[in-house]
Amino acid sequence: MADAPNIHDEAEVRARWGAFAWTDDNQRKANEVIGRYPAGRQQSASIPLLDLAQRQVGAETSTQGWLPVPVIEFVARQIGVPYIRVYEVATFYTMFNLAPVGRYHVQVCGTTPCVLGGSDDVFAACKNHGLVKGRTTPDGLFTLTEVECMGNCSNAPMMQINDDNFEDLDYDSTTRILEALARGDTPTPGSQTGRRSSEPAGGPTTLTAMVQDNHDYRGEWNTAHAG
Amino acid sequence: MPKLKVDGIEVEVPQGATVLQACEAAGKEIPRFCYHERLSIAGNCRMCLVEVKPGPPKPQASCALPAADNQEVFTTTPMVKNAREGIMEFLLINHPLDCPICDQGGECDLQDQSVAYGRGHSRYAENKRAVTEKYMGPIVKTIMTRCIQCTRCVRFAEEVAGVEEIGAIYRGENMQITSYLEEAVTSELSGNVVDLCPVGALTSKPYAYEARPWELKKTLTIDVMDAVGTNIRLDSRGRQVLRCVPRINEDVNEEWAHDKTRHAVDGLVRRRLDRPYVRQGGKLVPVSWDEAFRAIAAVDHGCSVAAVAGDLVDCETMYAAKALVRALGGDRFEGRQTGMDYDTSSLAAVNFNTTIAGTERADAILLVGTNLRWEAPLVNTRVRKAIKKGAKVFAIGPETELTYKAEWLGDDLSLLNDLPQAVRDAFGGAERPMVIVGGAALKGGHGAALGLVAALGLIKDGWNGFNVVHMAAARMGGLMLGYAAKGGIADLHDAKLTFFLGADEVDYTRFTGFKVYVGHHGDAGAHHADVVLPGVSYAEKSGTYVNLEGRVQRGERAVFAPGDAREDWSIFRAMSDVLGCTLPFDSLAGLREEMFAAVPALRHQGLAQYDWTMPAVGGSASGTIAGYPIKDFYLTNAICRASPTMQRCSAELVHGQDFAEAAE
Ligand code: SF4
Ligand code: FES
Ligand code: FES
Repeated sequence: MADAPNIHDEAEVRARWGAFAWTDDNQRKANEVIGRYPAGRQQSASIPLLDLAQRQVGAETSTQGWLPVPVIEFVARQIGVPYIRVYEVATFYTMFNLAPVGRYHVQVCGTTPCVLGGSDDVFAACKNHGLVKGRTTPDGLFTLTEVECMGNCSNAPMMQINDDNFEDLDYDSTTRILEALARGDTPTPGSQTGRRSSEPAGGPTTLTAMVQDNHDYRGEWNTAHAG
Repeated sequence: MPKLKVDGIEVEVPQGATVLQACEAAGKEIPRFCYHERLSIAGNCRMCLVEVKPGPPKPQASCALPAADNQEVFTTTPMVKNAREGIMEFLLINHPLDCPICDQGGECDLQDQSVAYGRGHSRYAENKRAVTEKYMGPIVKTIMTRCIQCTRCVRFAEEVAGVEEIGAIYRGENMQITSYLEEAVTSELSGNVVDLCPVGALTSKPYAYEARPWELKKTLTIDVMDAVGTNIRLDSRGRQVLRCVPRINEDVNEEWAHDKTRHAVDGLVRRRLDRPYVRQGGKLVPVSWDEAFRAIAAVDHGCSVAAVAGDLVDCETMYAAKALVRALGGDRFEGRQTGMDYDTSSLAAVNFNTTIAGTERADAILLVGTNLRWEAPLVNTRVRKAIKKGAKVFAIGPETELTYKAEWLGDDLSLLNDLPQAVRDAFGGAERPMVIVGGAALKGGHGAALGLVAALGLIKDGWNGFNVVHMAAARMGGLMLGYAAKGGIADLHDAKLTFFLGADEVDYTRFTGFKVYVGHHGDAGAHHADVVLPGVSYAEKSGTYVNLEGRVQRGERAVFAPGDAREDWSIFRAMSDVLGCTLPFDSLAGLREEMFAAVPALRHQGLAQYDWTMPAVGGSASGTIAGYPIKDFYLTNAICRASPTMQRCSAELVHGQDFAEAAE
């Protein structure tokens, strides 16, 4: 498959990650996660543990983190599940990186609502900032990935960078965010046009009478078309 | 028992049955890809859509829908027809049209169902997806672009084989079936996924591009690679057996066969003995049949004649050899080549009494000195089924991977004299307890294991939980025909003239007399024999076999033997003429009549009845089980040792040699 990542399982990967083990802190977290499930159902801990492991790898490599095969196997052993079962999970979710990524993993949504909202501009901004789809910038800072809908369509277009969503983007705001990150600043996540959440941009367009007080619309219903 | 109507036909199905099963009960054919009787329900191909009332006004997947009272199911309505056509179209979107070069062609579910239920033409003009091949080992060839993601192979590996190494990675359109990191699947049952795969994604590697199914002559016979007696079909073209596939027999192999059964057949055309030889000056020299017989006639045996049966021979061969030995005045027979000398006065005491199918019902199982996974893989799958139903398994012997969790008690045979409390507790509460004694324990632990019959209450009304697993297809038949000497094979060592019937596992150096080897492969026997007579293999003769549970089964001849080789019984018949003691049968039928008269239990196919009597072999067990008799699953007899596929399996799966790179 052209766009399925190549699974890294070379000798160097094994050598580098073969001895992966939880940090003390993560060991505590892992125990807690595993403890949430009744005996015999430890497989349920696959996703949280993979996430924890990816974060630890990220911390160790100053990146968003990824899941080398030996780390996936480590997680499988932790919960006593055959390797393939955890491996399936790791490959299923696009949030798990199967190859190294940069410090910031820029995931730009390219699904229809975001395209209509102007994701082309977001991609253009990324491109002009030196980001190439599927690659990591030479300074190791950014990895750009085009992803499918992330459920933020009403704030389209959007991108996710590590744990934060940046919404209502345009060319300039995208550039600003990338520059801030490159400087080492922490740009504010969320809507970049000042929306609190996904309320209509520019004020309500329906149920306007409800903005100030409660309003009983029932008298105005057009019952002729009801049913 | 829900009662429902399928296309107006009223049927009653057992509680828990699915709508698909109800449709089958009504005689309706429901197309399917992912559903398989012996696997869990996945419900992901959607080919089995039907219309069901009451229910939502849309087609429903019948394989995953429980049948309920008063349901009305329709399988012929326009909605169903449309749904099937639609699903077929979706499946074919990403399925290549490479039937002309696909080994599944002619026996492909997708082909058949697309003809039966699909549209006559394609509306798809876009690009198709392509998936890279995955390495799955020496048996399974993959062309993953053809995969329709039914996940049968995944479920088989997990549920039946117990080897969770196949999975589906990525998702959506990118979903791919693969073995973990594309390593060889380490299951001796891996070949079954080839049969399960409804399309040509998983095909047989050794059989790749060998033949089309319609060119093959299909012969129903019995497998001899182990003592299970797997029911098989040999597919041959001309003189060569091209492949071996299992037949369904619920009592024996269900519908599985292990890789040795399937793929040792390429050993049938290699290292064959195709003419008689006589040893002259230390070297085997090709001779005519007549010269070979004369060389035997020249032996001054003084009535010290014996016969050793190999692991693969049929009852007819053993009977004919025995008749000849008897006619020559000899009376020593043995089939336990490796020196076993357990008591055979009661056949029930060395039989798999619970029966293979019965194993599923056991609720407590104790394995004594058996690596069941290698000694009888298809009994092992039954043990797995028993475990799924809640059975607890204990094992005595060196720890080994059985594909399920067993509680290992240690490898000390004396454990039999005094079982740990945990075992006693488990068996105390068990209704259908089972003890399975393997070859590694028969030597020192047969008596003590028999002691468990009383101690653990193995025999109850309608239940006999004492079992011995044999590894040789010829064993039970041999024992019924009296191929057992008191002191085992050692009793035969000094015979002046010994006939070896395809016996390749014996220690020939111990035999001091004249050795005649009657067999089909140039293996150990031929290397040591004074006269070699070319016999035939199981594929080239009709024979009677008795499996480890005492089931009498008969197989047919699939092909003719190479060169001058002759059916074994006829060799003994012809030889008897030259030796001046003509045997009284001239045909296989005649031989059989005599054999049935001598051992009536062999007459009827099915379980032979052995009356349960306790042999006088009590006593306590001592010693440790150092290892299991089978050291290499893939190379246990002369046929598989001659098979390139089995050698490759052995090198790769048993000895860990890495072939993944070499295979594209
Ligand atoms: S390889 Fe065959 S059996 Fe396995 S999922 Fe694909 S189509 Fe089904
Ligand atoms: S389409 Fe972009 S978030 Fe849904
Ligand atoms: S057979 Fe029912 S969904 Fe596949």
